[in-house]
Amino acid sequence: MLFDFSIVTHWIDNLLRSVMPGWGALLVEFVLVGVALLLLYAVLALFYIYFERKVCAFFQCRLGPNRVGPYGIFQSVADMFKILIKELISLNHIDKFLFNLAPYLVIVASMLAFGCLPFGKGLQVIDFNIGVFFLIAVSSIGVLGILLAGWSSHNKFTLIGAIRSGAQMVSYELSIGLSVLTMVVFAGTMSITGIVEAQNNGWFIFTGHIPAIVAFLIYLVAGTAETNRGPFDLPEAESELTAGYHTEYSGIHFGFFYLAEYLNLFIVSGVASLLFLGGWMPLHIPGWEGFNYVMDCIPSVLWFFGKAIVISFIIIWFKWSFPRLRIDQLLRLEWKYLLPLNLINLFVMVLIVIYGLHF
Amino acid sequence: MANIQQEISSFLPEATFVEGTILEVSVPDAKWHDLALYLHDKLHFDYLVSIVGMDWGETMGCVYYFTCTADNSQVSVKVETADRENPLLHSVTDLWKSAYLYEREVYDFYGIRFINHPDMRRLFLRNDWVGYPLRKDYNADPEVNPIRLEHEAVDDTTHAIVETPDGKLEERTNTIFAPEEFVVNIGPQHPATHGVLRLRTSLDGEIVKKIDVYCGYVHRGIEKLCESLTYPQTLHFADRLDYMSAQQNRHAVCLCIEDALRLEIPARAQYVRTIMDELMRISSHLLFYATFCMDLGATTAFFYGFRDREKILDIFEETCGARMTFNYYTIGGLMADIHPDFQRKVKEFCAYLPGMLKDYHTLFTGNVIAQQRMKGVGLLSREDAISYGIAGPSGRASGWACDVRKNHPYALYDQVEFKEIVRTEGDVFARYMVRMDEILESIHIIEQLIDNIPEGDYALKMKPIIKLPEGRYFRQVEASRGPLGIFIESHGDKYPYRLKINSACLPLVGGLDPMCRGGKIADLIAIGGSLDYVIPDMDR
Repeated sequence: MLFDFSIVTHWIDNLLRSVMPGWGALLVEFVLVGVALLLLYAVLALFYIYFERKVCAFFQCRLGPNRVGPYGIFQSVADMFKILIKELISLNHIDKFLFNLAPYLVIVASMLAFGCLPFGKGLQVIDFNIGVFFLIAVSSIGVLGILLAGWSSHNKFTLIGAIRSGAQMVSYELSIGLSVLTMVVFAGTMSITGIVEAQNNGWFIFTGHIPAIVAFLIYLVAGTAETNRGPFDLPEAESELTAGYHTEYSGIHFGFFYLAEYLNLFIVSGVASLLFLGGWMPLHIPGWEGFNYVMDCIPSVLWFFGKAIVISFIIIWFKWSFPRLRIDQLLRLEWKYLLPLNLINLFVMVLIVIYGLHF
Repeated sequence: MANIQQEISSFLPEATFVEGTILEVSVPDAKWHDLALYLHDKLHFDYLVSIVGMDWGETMGCVYYFTCTADNSQVSVKVETADRENPLLHSVTDLWKSAYLYEREVYDFYGIRFINHPDMRRLFLRNDWVGYPLRKDYNADPEVNPIRLEHEAVDDTTHAIVETPDGKLEERTNTIFAPEEFVVNIGPQHPATHGVLRLRTSLDGEIVKKIDVYCGYVHRGIEKLCESLTYPQTLHFADRLDYMSAQQNRHAVCLCIEDALRLEIPARAQYVRTIMDELMRISSHLLFYATFCMDLGATTAFFYGFRDREKILDIFEETCGARMTFNYYTIGGLMADIHPDFQRKVKEFCAYLPGMLKDYHTLFTGNVIAQQRMKGVGLLSREDAISYGIAGPSGRASGWACDVRKNHPYALYDQVEFKEIVRTEGDVFARYMVRMDEILESIHIIEQLIDNIPEGDYALKMKPIIKLPEGRYFRQVEASRGPLGIFIESHGDKYPYRLKINSACLPLVGGLDPMCRGGKIADLIAIGGSLDYVIPDMDR
């Protein structure tokens, strides 16, 4: 019923293979995929910046950007242009190599995770049997970039920001990992396509009931922390550390951190929609054939982006409503509350799967 | 007062007295510390209001103002030294902790060094400043103190002069920060210092070990400038001290001068002044709410606070013609009559704000993260609040009923009914809640007055040249952040011989170090936000 994008990709693949040897086709496909991902990455980042600015403006009784283009929709394009032509200020007394490396590490980690997401039916860069594991693994590289950025900047504020960020991301990685693991146990596979297909007869948040909902809430909290967003924006707490680990960066190097932050928001929301809300799978209710048919008429790409944006909206809502936590409160929340809860939840999920207590 | 005079003269027969609204005791420096001890321990003058450095030509010295917090009686002490080359007085930092900053200020302006003060550095001026500007023989030649383009050296040590048990004086060097400490400069350019305050903070990881406060980045020498201006001209500086309580500041200067001239202000002016003071207090507390929430990361609350403050500024703008520095009160009344819409708009605002405050509490106060960030953080006991001189809303949050409007009423505060908000917890949350509740009390005061503004003159007819009778005058008002004191010594000229502004904010930063020690960096920001200091007020 849903349009399968693999028809398109297979057609391109066959076309290429008919005119060149296998390795050449693969090479061209790499380039095509890379360009497509980069473009999507940039466009999404622009959209997210605009989206957040508008949403927060309405929360704060303001209008937000409204000068560049209708409703200010080209504001973030103008901002991107500005940041591209800005000077990269070179600093003294820094480790130049690490300093320049750090933003690339952050953006590469975010790009790699971005590449794993299933944007639509058959619209996926690579589908292999440990997809979720790969996603968790590459998204953890980002913290290395942040630590390097803080350390190599030769600035006490960035150092504190980086150490905070390290402590925070390493801690919350656990919660993310465990809540993802809960859902992997439920799905019985780590393949991303497998997880989406398993939700054909109802999203996991409905079929997995209590442990899935708990895992979803924990994932939301931990995901917000993982993206360094409010109320967990301690690494860049502007009233404490001016701008945290990226204080010393300028121009596009700062832009990379900024882009990665917004894209991480999308990735966290995308993974949440994949694990709990069926990814690109439309809302299906077993037995309601007519309803399912109507749902299937909506393209799978829209389903995926729609779900991701709704979850992003919730995370943005957090940021503009809550004050910031203190570092000890943040770590206490993780190690004393979320982690034990998560372990119990995982155990409950295992019992539910063993005894078949799910829908 | 006679009682205090008797007790002091029986303790110290060589003390001489001058009677006035505030009893003035003169003692030689040799006996000063003994008298201070007696005042503090036996007569319970536990609150050091101000230390005014003075240069009388022949001699130099200080005038101290004390208040007994139990019965609000006041006394002042005058201590002099004739040695202009190496002036020395005894320090009272061991008795009143607020003296730590006050004495450094006196040293900065007059070069008087205090024996047993642990830290005799300049407070406002640069370390390499030549001369002491408030001395009457100061050389103001710009050649002596040119505009310096390079950084001043930052020392991690300080000098002190110590009296040994056998009465000898000894120069000492004290360490502020050891070389191995991790010292972070928070400020002068930092989002959370609300201006150009510099806190050198020694950290152990996230934990604050020590804070050393550097003031003076917006020092404008207002006290020095006032000495060459006529009394009506000095008024204009008041608005530029704590610009969040511009009306109250100006009220203090006007009160002090009107007191000296024994003027009776028209009733209409009294009403308008009281209303304006309270509107100013509301606007200041709204700004406090905005910036404090911002410091804790609640950005949305920031806009809410500013949105409602805007309405007050609109009201001010109609009547005063300005939104920041109003220049509205004059000696003998007001600069202009109120705008015809003033009463209607103020009443509308008073009806509007309480509903908004409920929103504020739902958004921020009740939030579990906000509660955790505020409760039990930055504890300040009542004794410490008094000793550090932390009065105003911050002092009242520690259980010290220090409201000047209640203790020494001025304007119409003895005729209106209002509660003095006092809480006992002494933490950040208490300081926050005191201010939020004071907004409601201020609305209550305004509501009692706004319909009853009497007709009549809004100002007395004053001569262009005003000469104050000889004497020393000291008046306080309750500004938004605490008591603002104005001290004027007049020698009968049209210029003040000495005009000293006793800032409400300077003692607040004095208490920052003990409150923050052992807390996290984030607590330092929360505590600083809850004290709500305004830098131009402390730097002057």
